[in-house]
Amino acid sequence: MNATKRKPKAAAAERSLPLQLLADMLRIRRLEEKCAELYGAQKIRGFLHLYIGEEACATGATHALAADDNVVATYREHGHALLRGVPMDTIMAEMFGKAAGCSRGRGGSMHLFDAARRFYGGNAIVGGGLPLAVGLALADRMQGIRRVTACFFGEGAMAEGAFHEGMNLAALWRLPVLFLCENNLYAMGTALMRSESQTDLCVKAASYKVPTLRADGMDVLAVNEAVRKAAAEVREGAGPFFVELQTYRFRAHSMFDPELYRDKVEVEAWKERGPIHNFSAKLKAAGELTEEAFLALDAEAEAEVAHAVAFAEAAGWEPVADLLRHVTSGEAQR
Amino acid sequence: MRISYREAMRLALREALESDPRVFLMGEDVGRYGGTYAVSKGFYDEFGPERIRDTPLSELGFVGAGIGAALGGMRPVVEIMTVNFSLLALDQIVNSAALLHHMSGGQVSVPLVIRMATGAGRQLAAQHSHSLENWYAHIPGLRVLAPATIVDARGMLAPALADPDPVVIFEHAQLYNMEDELPDDWSCDIERAAIRRPGSQASIIAYGGSVPKALDAADALARDGIDVEVVDLRVLRPLDVATIAESVGRTHRAVVVDEGWRSGSLAAEVVARIVEHCFYELDAPPARVCSEEVPIPYAKHMEDAALPQVPKIVAAAREVLNV
Amino acid sequence: MFDFMLPSLGADMDEGKLIEWKVKPGDAVRKGQVVAIVDTSKAAVDVEIWQDGTVFELLVEPGETIPVGTALATLLGPGESPPEKGTPRRGAAAGGAAGETARLRISPAARKRAEALGVALADLKGTGPGGAVTLADVEAAAAKAGARTPPELPKGPAAATDKAAEMRRAIAAAMSRSKREIPHYYLLETIPMARAQQWLAQANEGRPITERLLMAVLQLKAVALALAKFPEMNGFFRDGGFEAVKAAHIGVAISLRQGGLIAPALHDVADKPLDRLMRELTDLVKRTRAGSLRSSEMSDPTITVTNLGEQGVESVMGVIYPPQVALVGFGRLAPRPWIDGDALVAMPAVTASLAADHRVSDGHRGALFLAELRERLQQPQDL
Repeated sequence: MNATKRKPKAAAAERSLPLQLLADMLRIRRLEEKCAELYGAQKIRGFLHLYIGEEACATGATHALAADDNVVATYREHGHALLRGVPMDTIMAEMFGKAAGCSRGRGGSMHLFDAARRFYGGNAIVGGGLPLAVGLALADRMQGIRRVTACFFGEGAMAEGAFHEGMNLAALWRLPVLFLCENNLYAMGTALMRSESQTDLCVKAASYKVPTLRADGMDVLAVNEAVRKAAAEVREGAGPFFVELQTYRFRAHSMFDPELYRDKVEVEAWKERGPIHNFSAKLKAAGELTEEAFLALDAEAEAEVAHAVAFAEAAGWEPVADLLRHVTSGEAQR
Repeated sequence: MRISYREAMRLALREALESDPRVFLMGEDVGRYGGTYAVSKGFYDEFGPERIRDTPLSELGFVGAGIGAALGGMRPVVEIMTVNFSLLALDQIVNSAALLHHMSGGQVSVPLVIRMATGAGRQLAAQHSHSLENWYAHIPGLRVLAPATIVDARGMLAPALADPDPVVIFEHAQLYNMEDELPDDWSCDIERAAIRRPGSQASIIAYGGSVPKALDAADALARDGIDVEVVDLRVLRPLDVATIAESVGRTHRAVVVDEGWRSGSLAAEVVARIVEHCFYELDAPPARVCSEEVPIPYAKHMEDAALPQVPKIVAAAREVLNV
Repeated sequence: MFDFMLPSLGADMDEGKLIEWKVKPGDAVRKGQVVAIVDTSKAAVDVEIWQDGTVFELLVEPGETIPVGTALATLLGPGESPPEKGTPRRGAAAGGAAGETARLRISPAARKRAEALGVALADLKGTGPGGAVTLADVEAAAAKAGARTPPELPKGPAAATDKAAEMRRAIAAAMSRSKREIPHYYLLETIPMARAQQWLAQANEGRPITERLLMAVLQLKAVALALAKFPEMNGFFRDGGFEAVKAAHIGVAISLRQGGLIAPALHDVADKPLDRLMRELTDLVKRTRAGSLRSSEMSDPTITVTNLGEQGVESVMGVIYPPQVALVGFGRLAPRPWIDGDALVAMPAVTASLAADHRVSDGHRGALFLAELRERLQQPQDL
């Protein structure tokens, strides 16, 4: 079975932006629901951080970027990788640890990479991606390439030195970095209130003289609009931009998390604002979406997931004899 | 041409900047100040602020930026003023530079060179006197170099920049003023250890700032009729076991000199390799001359006592030779 | 607490493989008790212990190959109580710290070179750090012995599994060492055996075949008795000096069906009656060929007697088995022309030979020894 991008290009092109945003949110949701199921079935192991509830952020943001832009993401990056064009088949194979995975099974859930699509990975050290994004943007600037480097991170990263150092360098050197903070209110189990003296994240970013925007991260159109605006400024050479996307994860931090730190009532309240649910309701109300059309999009997403699972199941393991490969580019073991 | 180690480094950097537009130098005070050790003095005016890039005191940030720039197609040379401050950047060096190639299944490479001064001996006290080469030599994905001669100072940068993977270069601060003749052919590899002085009775194995001390010890021993070999490791990762084993296999005795602390040191690794590879050639237990297990003190006499010194190396050689 | 160490069961043995423990922790053992079976290059040998005590801990597992001198077990002396937990176990570590009884301090390189040069480790004096034997010590010892470097003996798994090849190697090492280190001299004496033969025929008359005496037993006893007057033929040359041994433990050369030979000890030959010696000799030959010798039988011989008469040879000029200092050989017992007074008669006779170590004895004493042997064999009733 070949890894294929299941999304028919023609259909995508014909679809309106709102419908495509919905379709992509559904793709992420169905992919991750299947991941949770497969984790229980022990097909996927290690850490598995699900994005369920936050899909509007990656979806709205990636649709505001150009195909050639750099993306640096976190360990909760399945959706970002998928929407940047990494085939769901190879994402799933990666989570299975198969050689056909997008990182040859060496990375797993937290380290999805696609060099050709300028997707510089799942970085699993909180804040670790920010300096990398600064450097990617620096390289583009020094080579005269007009390109935006989008860097996703959570609000937890804003307590790290890497955030401050990265923001400062990007602002000091006026580099084309688009800082996209997905504020889901909890750094693992520590609420924003309990970890930051300044809980207004835009104020923190603004202290580096970086322009900021705040958007409702549960509203895919709002995200798309904010990021579009920010990306345009960055691309124009105005230096970095900071966008806070206020969102919420519906599931635990990882599959190991018993969720002792937040109230079920709070979770349920946020679920009322579920990005897929609300957005599809809005489209239906506006007459842009029928229930049949929604079910068709959902079935398309489910089919893509089914194909990805079959692909991952059928894929082979990298031979243990290859263990020492991919340590250095020359393949020689150091 | 007789030049200093500092001048050799300067020549290498200038050549790199002149020959490849992707190369740029970044670090604290590399520009207007001219480099803490004056290696890049004058470059700011010559190559401009874009390519001789002063950074804020943000080791984690600018090392990470160097890694990102390498990912983005540049050939950055990042100068961390000293190994002591590299601890602030350790996350980026270990978790990003060394791992990205592997985590991406071989898709991306990080062609980055990180230079840093290392070592003690100038009464800079505990926080500015570290020798932590072994920390970096522990990490798969990095290449770690320790130029100890004028030729290596001149010659190692070019192959390091040509390496598609991250290379960490340790320049011992005590070596910058060292002078020697630079031969016409100063090209060198970054693969193999070098025998700096052939000998027959024991192998003294050292690197970086300990190499001149090992050579002085060999001179002292020679005056007493004891003929020892001096091996300069040069490449701390991957270790050139073949050269080490060949030397010790011939001399049957080894003294390893390392300015790092003994416990968990590179010297420990070298001794382990010797035992693994030439156990049946050993005629005496290998000896180590390392720093004493104490933070490096400020007072001169105490600092001297804490570090490997020529008399200690001589004594260790005599001990393994039982003479 | 004391260690029970793997004894050297012959000059050619420097390691052994533990086959089986005959005791377990807590067992009381008596001096002379067989406590383990060890496979040497030659045979599976019952290893005896030479002190009374109680087994405290077994340090080596069956199947392990260990060098001579390795502690196999620790034992408590009579009346000694077990140590507190955590007391460091003596002798387990092969280092100098364990004291005088620890294994030889020798560098790996020196050990390897000694093996290549055929230098016996036990004979080496160390001048290295802590008295360790170094390469230089081995080379000096080899040079002193005038050693030519023998070709490297075949090694490796294939050779090691081949018992015959292993024994060949062991014999090669011991005999090479003998010829390298021991200045042999040789003497021959033809001994009339008419009286002995006559006496033997009488003695065997009426005995069932299984209880009949062989001439070989008379010869052994005669050698043992002769030795009493020539202590310089009986004992060991070790560490540059000769140690005479009072008891005559005669190593009897026994060829093996699969090739090779072993010369285990027949103990206290001078003190035992012929009947008993005959029984013991029969048993020794049987056990040697079955591969179940006792450790003392391997290490105790003070002299070796070889008898190749049955193979029809006239006489045998033997190679001394180090660290012994003499070897007596007997050829074929057959009638020979003999001048008896003025008459030429057919006389049953045997040619006895002596190979002896010139460092310990001279030809004059050797000749007197052979004369004594001849006289002893003329008085068979006194044997």
